[in-house]
Formats: sequence, C-alpha cells, structure tokens
Amino acid sequence: MIVNETKNGINGIKSSFPIVLGYLPIGFAYGILGTKSGFSILQVVALSLFVYAGSAQFIAISLLSGGTDIITLIMTIFIVNLRHFLYSTSLSQYMKRINRKHIPILSFFITDETYAVSITDLKGNNEYNEKYFYQLFFMSYTTWVISSFIGAMFGSFLNGSVNIGLDFALPAMYIALLLMQISGYRKVFISIFSGLLSISLMYILPGNINVIVSAVIGAGIGGLIDIWTKIS
Amino acid sequence: MDKNFVISVLGMFLVTYVPRFLPVFGLSRVEMPSFIKSFLEYIPVSVLSALLFPTIFLKGNHLFISYKNIFLIASIPTVLVAYKSRKLFSPVIVGIISYILISLVIN
Repeated sequence: MIVNETKNGINGIKSSFPIVLGYLPIGFAYGILGTKSGFSILQVVALSLFVYAGSAQFIAISLLSGGTDIITLIMTIFIVNLRHFLYSTSLSQYMKRINRKHIPILSFFITDETYAVSITDLKGNNEYNEKYFYQLFFMSYTTWVISSFIGAMFGSFLNGSVNIGLDFALPAMYIALLLMQISGYRKVFISIFSGLLSISLMYILPGNINVIVSAVIGAGIGGLIDIWTKIS
Repeated sequence: MDKNFVISVLGMFLVTYVPRFLPVFGLSRVEMPSFIKSFLEYIPVSVLSALLFPTIFLKGNHLFISYKNIFLIASIPTVLVAYKSRKLFSPVIVGIISYILISLVIN
C-alpha cells in the first residue's frame, strides 16, 4: 500500500491502522450484540452511522432492549458522552491552524481512540493540516460502520450464544489506550486515583455520572499538582 | 424502523455531537491558561481509568476481587502487553484470547 507522507511525517492513514485493528473486533462485537438483542441490521448500523461512540452504543442497545424510556436513554447517552467535551476542548488547541469551515464536519468524528491517537501525533508537531484529520477520521469511521454491519449480519445468522471473548474487547481497548497515555508517576497516580474514585462514586451517584465526575476531579488534581510544583 | 427508534437515534446523535462540536468551534481561537492546559493533559488518563476500573473490579455493582473474576485476571496479561507494546492492536488480541482461555479454565 502506498501511503502519501505529508511533509511533517505524520500521516492520518498510517496513524489510523491501530484504530482500525482495534475497531474491527469491537464493532463486530457490537453488531452481534445488536442483532442478538432483537434489533434489525439497519437499526444496528444506524447507531454506528449517527452516534458513532462505541461504549454509548453498547449501553444504548442494552437500554433500548430493556425498554427504557427515550428521555432516560438520551440523558444517559449524554452523560456517557460528555467526555467528548473534554477531548474537543483539548483538540481545540490543535485545530487553531485549521480553517473553521472544516470544524463542524471534523468534530463529529472525535472518539476516545481518534482523540488519543491524534493528540499523541500532534503534541509538539507544528506542520500538519486538515488532511491529517480527514484521513484518520475517515478510516476509523468507515471501519467502525463496516465492522458493525458485518457483526450485525453475523449475529442475525447465529443461533444460541457463543463465548468468543468479545465481552473483553472494550476493557482491553481501554487498557491499551490508557497505557498509550501514561508516562511518568504523576499520570500513574492520577489513573489509580480516578479509577478508585469512579468505583466509589458508583455507589452514590446514579447512572454513569461517576465517570465524568471522577475524570474531572482526577484531571483537576493532576493540573493542581503541575501548577504547585512549577511555582515552588 | 419505528418512530420511537428514529427519535432515539436523533436524540443520541444530538447529545453526542454537541459536546464534540462546541468546544473545538468556540475555543480554537483562545489561548488557554496553563492550569487548563495541564488539566486537559490528564483528561485522557482520568477518563479511561474512570471507565476501566469499574468494568474490571466490579460485578453487578459489587467489588469482585477474586481469581474467579475473569475480567480482572484477563487484565493482567493485557496490561503487560500494553505496557510493552504501547499500541492498540496486540493488547486487544491478547486480552480477548486470555479472556477465552481463562473463562474455559474457571467455568
């Protein structure tokens, strides 16, 4: 495969490969779960096309098949996906150089994975343009949609339940993304802190609010530690 | 596709798209103070940990720290491979395979 290098050496297609490989089993798992839970192939793929958020789609399938009302469903998805607000805020610093007309399109494709990969690529890099984002985002999105379609087809032919280990695909992906981000003791500390806080808050907060609350507190403490150690 | 499903998808699209769009559209011209920059540096680590820990340490809202917790045990090889490779693909594959093997042994 010929991959055009941009002059800075970062290429969205190349950077998308790990995401593509990670999305294939997870999209597939989502597709199977969707049709196994009684949804049509079209419905399963519609969520991938319009929502495009892995964990939220898994949650949506289980809520919808459990007969949850629309308001609760949408509120839950809103809370689960509020973390994109933080990714988007973080990426805003890197999208300054990109013409604003691209922003409404590009921002739709921000996910846990495209964010983690692009922020790693762009940190300390000054020579990239919107092409990088289009390449990375297009590859990731297409993979997600196609793999969920294949999973949905597979699931509609499959009889009975089989353990193919896909329950663990999502946690494994979180682990991989987390380890890609962790460097230094501070981040290890913030990781453990936020994780334990998230577990504790699960007992006192409804829905999945524990995720966003502990993420904000954890990152806030990280930010404070950085500021304090810089001053002294 | 029934009407309720279409409304649900539309609603989920909106509540997912707006938090993706607003900050990058509104803030891309603003120079951030250093605390905010630092805060944002920690966001991926804190969000991913907040998502991950409950999935592997809890089962049905109760702490489940035991060799019988397949998620927890399968996380060990996954973390090791992720730490070594710092990539996405190999830890996911190792994780899925370990999960299958461990569930065969434990059940």
